[in-house]
Amino acid sequence: MRTVIRNGQVIDPGNGINGIRNLYIHNREIIGIGSKPAGFTADREVNASGQYVLPGIIDLCVRLREPGEEHKATIQSETRAAASAGITRMVCTPDTFPIIDTPAMVHMVINRAQDLGYARVHPLGALTVGLQGQRLTDMAMLMDAGCVGVSNAQEIVKNTLVMRRAMQYASTYDLPVFLTPRDAWLQGNGVVHEGEVSTRLGLPAIPEAAETVGVARDLALIETSGARAHFDLISCGRSVTMIAEAQDRGLPVTSSVAIHQLLFSENDIGAFDTQYKVMPPLRTRQDKTDLIRGVAKGQIAAICSDHQPHGADSKLAPFSEAATGIAGIDTLLTLTMGLVRERKLDMETAVSALTVHPARILGTNAGHLGIGAQADLCLYDPQKNWQLDQHTMQSKGRNSPFYGVKLKGKVTRTMLSGKWVYQ
Amino acid sequence: MRAPDSSIQFDENGHLKHFLTVNGLTRKSLVNILDTAESFINFGQREIKKVPLLRGKTLVNLFFEPSTRTRTTFEIAGKRLSADVINLNASRMSTTKGESILDTVRTLEAMHTDLFIVRDKASGAAHLIAAHLPDHIKVINAGDGRHSHPTQAMLDMFTIRQKKPDFSRLKVAIVGDILHSRVARSQIHALNILGVDEVRVIGPRTLIPTEIEKMGVTTTSDLIGGLEGIDVIIMLRIQHERMDGQLIPSEQEYFQRYGLTENKLQLANEDAIVMHPGPINRGLEIASSVADGSRSVILNQVTNGIAVRMSIMAKLMGGQEKRS
Amino acid sequence: MGNAIDIERVIREMAAHILSLDLPKPLLVGIHTGGVWVASHLQRELDISSRPGMLDISFYRDDFTRVGLHPEVRSSELPDPVEDRNVILVDDVLYSGRTVRAAMNEIFSYGRPARVVLAVLIERPGRELPIQPDIVGSRLVLDDNEQAKLTHTDGILKLNIIRPGNTHEGT
Repeated sequence: MRTVIRNGQVIDPGNGINGIRNLYIHNREIIGIGSKPAGFTADREVNASGQYVLPGIIDLCVRLREPGEEHKATIQSETRAAASAGITRMVCTPDTFPIIDTPAMVHMVINRAQDLGYARVHPLGALTVGLQGQRLTDMAMLMDAGCVGVSNAQEIVKNTLVMRRAMQYASTYDLPVFLTPRDAWLQGNGVVHEGEVSTRLGLPAIPEAAETVGVARDLALIETSGARAHFDLISCGRSVTMIAEAQDRGLPVTSSVAIHQLLFSENDIGAFDTQYKVMPPLRTRQDKTDLIRGVAKGQIAAICSDHQPHGADSKLAPFSEAATGIAGIDTLLTLTMGLVRERKLDMETAVSALTVHPARILGTNAGHLGIGAQADLCLYDPQKNWQLDQHTMQSKGRNSPFYGVKLKGKVTRTMLSGKWVYQ
Repeated sequence: MRAPDSSIQFDENGHLKHFLTVNGLTRKSLVNILDTAESFINFGQREIKKVPLLRGKTLVNLFFEPSTRTRTTFEIAGKRLSADVINLNASRMSTTKGESILDTVRTLEAMHTDLFIVRDKASGAAHLIAAHLPDHIKVINAGDGRHSHPTQAMLDMFTIRQKKPDFSRLKVAIVGDILHSRVARSQIHALNILGVDEVRVIGPRTLIPTEIEKMGVTTTSDLIGGLEGIDVIIMLRIQHERMDGQLIPSEQEYFQRYGLTENKLQLANEDAIVMHPGPINRGLEIASSVADGSRSVILNQVTNGIAVRMSIMAKLMGGQEKRS
Repeated sequence: MGNAIDIERVIREMAAHILSLDLPKPLLVGIHTGGVWVASHLQRELDISSRPGMLDISFYRDDFTRVGLHPEVRSSELPDPVEDRNVILVDDVLYSGRTVRAAMNEIFSYGRPARVVLAVLIERPGRELPIQPDIVGSRLVLDDNEQAKLTHTDGILKLNIIRPGNTHEGT
């Protein structure tokens, strides 16, 4: 099967391309860009004029809820939703029921996603058994089964010695460690950032130090253990600085940020709006600005959705008891492009943070449209107006601050391994 | 623009629909509540201590957190206005599913309740309930977590006004556990709206929340210096569960630094009054001789609670048509 | 309207009428605000020592669910108990009768009087309830959109007829 995508604006920062090009695909591979490969005759033509042609989006932090919470979402519902949003590859955290701490669980998730064929799913294995922060998992076997890294998800490894040994052990196999840096005691039962809003609303608060103490501890451990580490979901401007300093010293650390941290601050919580309850919490306006700057300067490599689908009722509770998180895969690309439209990020940075940068973090040759690369890509209409609602939202989750909101820019087609999985 | 946690209290014409927080109300509206309460004050003298304003209305005291005292004053207030009052000491599971609070409310709604008085341990609970009820059902917040306790703040303002009618000249000190106090938060809003000269919060730094200055207060951790020039001293209750040695090292040290004694009272203005939302921990935050002394208006606060709550109920339940 | 009313004279006549009823232990109660003024004048004429009671009937009005409470509600004050007294309920203008209905309900919240008589300075037709006065100062016929309003300045009572657009002053 030979496909040509004509007249689209190909944006491929991995190969330094941003311009109107034809893209030539044969079976699963990209075989030409711009000039037609010799002897190419198209079986299928797609006119992409007025649209962006982007590498398939790579989302570094999602929850698919399967196994264990299929009433919230399933691998089927969420990989389909991913396809409809241009996401071709996603990393899921091990906090399912049962927890992904055995090779069998890894196989189950990967195989299920492969059978469905909407998007590639890369599980993270649990860093500790049952995410309980006490005993190390069989990391080498998890890696052999297909884990791209290990993580303790949202559960904090309180015992610093356990964390140190987990990093040392992971580094034995050069297995990346995904970290959510937090101090358990400072976080306590907090639900919002400690500041003006927590004080006014009287909500249990999480100080900035809950994260910076975690970053400092983990950086010290990374430095001595030699682990390859990735900080997921950082939320404070100070964390960006600390991680950037470590990178300058040559430490093998990267970081990512959830898209909602670039759009909202604590002030958006308004009157106990539980749609804005996320973890780590939305911080100050200054933090938001610092995080955007961190992405712009490449200090934060990737933007992810931190996708957490919930049922409709889960947010109908007092703030501190409501479910945490946003169902974000449907809107990840649209919202990131919004930041480009508002000139907060340039196009190359934004697309890199969704494609080639996360690919590098995963150590895979993906996230770009170079010749010989897997044909994972999407077409994006930057002018298309739509509204996130029950008809358009593909995730089974309904928890989004953008539910019912009019948006601009939408994926129109997604190709996975040379096959259209959404159009 | 109204404060976001306040806007839900108003209907589309700007009339007060629920009473959830003092934040965002106008001075006129607070003064109106106090004035109306004034007319309910002498009710005890009547042969029949009732007026028919809420006759035929059903009022549900929905207390997810037990509080006999507050519940009782709401009950008496409702009954003096001739409402049918139902008391429910509901318990609920604190789960992430969280349907139970709204389920309870919907069940009661089906019984044609007109007014809910809600008390819950979670901040924002009254807002949640108000947001999910049909338009004609009103909600009064009787305390939600650490967020707000607006009727208590209003009865405190009433008590202050009885002794000190000119708010603009007042310096008010709020002393103790500000961090966990919904009463303090509501008082701070009310005092600022009524235009006091200064609200000073006093306590150890572990009990003063971050950025409280943005609510319009000054802060100090020194009670002795902090009482200078003060006209109204509001002592807050120290909850026993806070005495775990992390926020306050010991009762002795707390009382030594922040307990109000006769001697420390002398540091405030000579006609300063002493208030406490109750229940009092004698010898922990306040000496018995001060609590029972001539400057204490603590019992007035209790008495005034009924009239102020009647006033707030009447304000919510009255019609909004233009007077002919 | 050319209804020039000599209020002083009318009140003297009302007082004479009240005296003729020969009520033991009379208790004057005026309805806030005009009724209280009339009651004060009657008190002087009747030579009763205790000052008249004052009723603010806001809490007993039948339009609460429509218009809410008046923002300036006053506390009702009855200086003497009403139990077994002959209450002379005084208002300035009797029109629909709703105010008097509310006032009677309120009086009974204070106790059980022996008798209640109603004295009004002005009676105008338009009753919506079966309420009739015992003592009437003057009768006045007005259009529906006209309003009779008593004012009180420096101890002098004046009756104003308010019409939409302009105000005509009587005496």
